[in-house]
Amino acid sequence: MDPQIIIARRVARELRNGNLVNLGIGIPTLVANYVPSDLKVFFQSENGLIGTGPVPEQGMAHPTLTDAGGRPISALPGAATFDSAMSFGLIRGGHVDITVLGGLQVDAHGLLANWMIPGKMVPGMGGAMDLVTGAKRVIVAMQHAAKGKSKIVTKCTLPLTSVRPVDLVVTDLAVIGFPGGKATLLETAPGIGIAEVLAVTEANLIVRDAVPEMSI
Amino acid sequence: MKAISVEEAVAMIPAGASIMVGGFMGVGTPERLLDEVVRQKKSGLSLICNDASMPGKGVGKLIDAALVSRLTATHIGLNPRAQQQMLANEIGVDLIPQGTLVERIRAGGCGLGGVLTPTGVGTLVAEGKRQIEVDGKPFLLETALRAQFALVHAFLADYLGNLAYALTARNFNPIMAMAADTVIVTAENIVPVGVIAPDHIMTPAPLVDYLITNG
Repeated sequence: MDPQIIIARRVARELRNGNLVNLGIGIPTLVANYVPSDLKVFFQSENGLIGTGPVPEQGMAHPTLTDAGGRPISALPGAATFDSAMSFGLIRGGHVDITVLGGLQVDAHGLLANWMIPGKMVPGMGGAMDLVTGAKRVIVAMQHAAKGKSKIVTKCTLPLTSVRPVDLVVTDLAVIGFPGGKATLLETAPGIGIAEVLAVTEANLIVRDAVPEMSI
Repeated sequence: MKAISVEEAVAMIPAGASIMVGGFMGVGTPERLLDEVVRQKKSGLSLICNDASMPGKGVGKLIDAALVSRLTATHIGLNPRAQQQMLANEIGVDLIPQGTLVERIRAGGCGLGGVLTPTGVGTLVAEGKRQIEVDGKPFLLETALRAQFALVHAFLADYLGNLAYALTARNFNPIMAMAADTVIVTAENIVPVGVIAPDHIMTPAPLVDYLITNG
């Protein structure tokens, strides 16, 4: 299975009935494709919408109905629109149950860096700092390594997104949590052994007696 | 409120002015006003907006025409030209968390000196800012932001200047309409007074200085 789809399917299992969820760009966006049909989840788009629906059919796009990347989306029955102050009030105010974001680095204490690579990539933080600071649960959905380098690091070398640690990291190889503030291997991806995960992870991971396989 | 042509409206904006422009990735942006700003070559602008949009769309047109000297925004990653101009020091860029930018503008429009936000505490964003503890929790003091002009785009405007916005084109527009000395509005539809029900008016008419006439 495509690594991105493994990640998206596993993250989708974290969503609960009635949750208000914000999905970032990239792998997080894919999560919406794997929500069980019996689950009622509200997706927020931070440009001012709760109740985002799928990409509209050919010829049905409307220029004033877009996601946070400016791409056409649809709105589900019961959707609500609002201005940016309301949108970020929802985010900072703890009304968003789950935010799923991409990451560049997550460190052994769960701190996330995902908004700039000094001198190389300075796109701006957009809504990421508010989301990580304010959402009830923060889930990072990212590849375990980039160009052979672990993205789960001992200490972030890139600028932090927030001093609030994330709650869960889901990669193509593992699920990592931070009970007691320490990176802990919670699950391994199908067909991946514990030793294999540890070999490609820079940060020290706590490994419990039983590490179940990721259910996707 | 006064109804005027787009040429007259833009003529009021001096070179080097500070302008807020509504829109999110060019959605909900007053394109006709920006086209006219480009045509009249209003340079050295200090631009406050959510993002740098993309080349050829929204505020991206101002960047294409090299009219912006200072940009205050949350994200410029989808406009390579904005990135190039930033790296070449042709534009000074302040990158601000999105929730902080909108609250600074809201504060500017609501008579507040600023806001206290937890966003950015302990990050690069905190540099040079006062950190204030409230009930044991750290917050950054983020000061109010205003501009000489706000360029706003609405879905509906009535003859008095009451405004309503459409779907995700609302974004920063109603917030900016409170935070500038002069508010200039384009609307997709100009309708008689009463067509917009009182409960559906998002920006009340007294906030609007100029409405650009259609056609």
